[in-house]
Amino acid sequence: MDIMLQALIYLTATVICVPISKRLGMGSVLGYLIAGMLIGPFFLGLIGKEGEDIMHFAEFGVVMMLFIIGLELEPSQFWKMRRSILGMGAIQMTITTILVFVLMKTTGMQWQQAAAVSLAFSMSSTAIVLQTIREKGLSQTISGQASFSVLLFQDIMVIPILAMLPLLVLHGLQDKAEIESSLIGNLPGWLQGLSFFGTVAFIYFSGKYLFVPLLRIVARTRLSELFTASSLLLIIAVSTLMKIMGLSPALGAFLAGVVLANSEYRHELESDIAPFKGLLLGLFFIGVGISINIGLVLSKPLIISGLVLAVMVIKFGVLFMTGKIFRLSTDHNLLFSFALSQVGEFSFILLSFSRQLTILSQEWTDILMAVTAITMTVTPFLLLINERFIDPKIGVKMSSAGKSSHESISEKHQVIIAGFGHFGNTVCRFLRANGVEATILDHDSDRVQLLRSMGFKVYYGDATRPDILKSAGADEAKYLIASIDPPEINQELISQVRKHFPHIHILARAKNRFDAYELIDMGVKDIYRETLYTSVKLAEDLLCNLGHRRYTVMRMGHKFIKHDEETMAEMGVHRHDMKQFALKARETFSLEEELLRKDLFYHADEEDHSWDSEQIRETLLKQ
Amino acid sequence: MKNKILILFAHPRYERSLNQSELINRIPDIPEITFHDLYEKYPEFDVDIETEQKLLLEHQIIIWQHPFYWYSSPPLLKQWIDLVLSFGWAYGTGGNALQGKMVFNAITAGGQRSAYSTEGHNRFSINQLLAPFEQTAYLCKMIWVPPFVIHGTHRISSDDRQNNSLLYGKILNKLAAGDFRTDELFSYSYLNDWIEDITVKE
Repeated sequence: MDIMLQALIYLTATVICVPISKRLGMGSVLGYLIAGMLIGPFFLGLIGKEGEDIMHFAEFGVVMMLFIIGLELEPSQFWKMRRSILGMGAIQMTITTILVFVLMKTTGMQWQQAAAVSLAFSMSSTAIVLQTIREKGLSQTISGQASFSVLLFQDIMVIPILAMLPLLVLHGLQDKAEIESSLIGNLPGWLQGLSFFGTVAFIYFSGKYLFVPLLRIVARTRLSELFTASSLLLIIAVSTLMKIMGLSPALGAFLAGVVLANSEYRHELESDIAPFKGLLLGLFFIGVGISINIGLVLSKPLIISGLVLAVMVIKFGVLFMTGKIFRLSTDHNLLFSFALSQVGEFSFILLSFSRQLTILSQEWTDILMAVTAITMTVTPFLLLINERFIDPKIGVKMSSAGKSSHESISEKHQVIIAGFGHFGNTVCRFLRANGVEATILDHDSDRVQLLRSMGFKVYYGDATRPDILKSAGADEAKYLIASIDPPEINQELISQVRKHFPHIHILARAKNRFDAYELIDMGVKDIYRETLYTSVKLAEDLLCNLGHRRYTVMRMGHKFIKHDEETMAEMGVHRHDMKQFALKARETFSLEEELLRKDLFYHADEEDHSWDSEQIRETLLKQ
Repeated sequence: MKNKILILFAHPRYERSLNQSELINRIPDIPEITFHDLYEKYPEFDVDIETEQKLLLEHQIIIWQHPFYWYSSPPLLKQWIDLVLSFGWAYGTGGNALQGKMVFNAITAGGQRSAYSTEGHNRFSINQLLAPFEQTAYLCKMIWVPPFVIHGTHRISSDDRQNNSLLYGKILNKLAAGDFRTDELFSYSYLNDWIEDITVKE
């Protein structure tokens, strides 16, 4: 089929399905998947009469995706999170693999087949989960970091698993015709393993000593498109090499990404490739949608739905237990377990590799791929069900805010702070020091509970939802501070507030100049580019709007910054005495708690009585 | 002839002031009077010279209204004087912009009137202590008018506070209406005395 025509079909399906899916609150991933199913062979049949085209397309999406994942894998970040990555990751993978192995054995598989399938099914979808977590703005929360840790461990484990798979080859079943095309296909299993490691080493060293010096030369030409071309060249070269060696091109791209993550050009490459990233990710999900063999699913509904259910229950159970071991609170644990309960895109790679190695039959491969695709498809639904129905019942309650003793203050809460990160936190502390209590809206359940226990009025939930804004008192509130971290979510919040609560005066935090331009376009007047000084400035302006005198407020602001710097110096020193935390977010959190506790007794009082005669007056009247 | 009055108000802790806020409450709400709150406008002391000079040109009578801190004004008013009354504009060669405008201080002071005398613990009269302002006016070719003063602000009763503020309001009305003789003002040491005298006469 003509490539332009294909692009037309893909893009049309995307542009129609994704916004609808987003609008219905299902997230973009499901939109892509549905788009894929619609244009796939079963429904419209626009794409996919030539089945191989689809797989090539989907495969290249995965290849690009993995390159980016590899690129984002910073060694220093890995080192910081080593406990959670190794601990949570290993527990999750080991137990899941064992349980799925037992499950597959009961279907009458041979142990080699069951082993290959269970390893493939222990993977979760990095693409879906990271995308979802980023869209929800949960990257810095405990569940976000736990998810990232587990996914990273799985991503890394793909390498040894791919190396081990050739060892599982059933000699009796081997069909030589299929793998003759690869260079190492005829070698015995142990040699195939060895050649694999050789290839990996080759990619590593040639990346470091060949490609990075090449990039230096390219950089000197000052042609940015040459940079993109070079990185694409690398990916394609690596993919081709891996194909020749009979290995997964996706794995090669991942390795290439990791190699480049160490280079000084990492950020430049990342920003060059960023525009491609979203599209290719979408393409990948469309590929998944297309690859669901709906005919097969319909012809074997019991086996497939049974497998989907069993696999997801096992994965969910193991994840939940892992979360418990690492003491995740129920809210975070539910989110974490639901988010990772699907079988991931690596499963496609591992399954098709197993097929190439003739470990699995074509029929089983089709069934298992369908299972994988279905679990990926239901994930957004599961998350939606969790967010709307399960979590509100079990976890931190959305609408009951704080202790009853604080209910009396609630009428005075004219100010809502949406997003209690570094920025919102500082605004809140400064307002509180000046006697203004604000209502806080945050989506991190642990933080909400902490703040409530400290007497803050806090609502838990997604601030972009009008019903939650309403329950936080948006009808009566006069001011709203929009300080949610990902600018996209912040902008979404602002447009929701302007639409449903036009009476509210919005003071918005901007991430940077470009974010500020966006806010200007949205008609926001009060824009503050982060962080410490502007958050205090925002709070100062708010106090002036509430009727405080400018000059006094400005002096209080200066004083508060001084106080904050002192607190920081103090905490910075003894921070190291605190126990090590497995999850980085938990450490951040405990520091945040300490900061707030220190502030409980800080009030912006005016020690300079010279300028008001109260004191003199009192002394004189006593005489 | 009507006069436009510009009140340049400077108080770093206005929200805690009883006497100044009472005074401000009594400022007549008439179009001739512009009330200009310096600390609210310039909390960071970044006085906008151009705006301020334009304001001065639009008015005939200028009032520096402030608490009398350490025998002088709060620092922002001094900053305002330093920046706005510039060479070549307000004084010096070609500096005639303010020529003929009237100017006086409207102040609140903790000490009694008797304390501001040769025998009192402040040793100098208010008029003597205001000499730097008087000389500033002189250099700018402005007409220096005696001050309006509220004394003993720490012990003042609320009735007295109100009465004093009412006097201030009357003065402003008279000045705005042009209902006064300039040479008559010079014969009093405080504007308070002048307004009391003519109230009795009326």
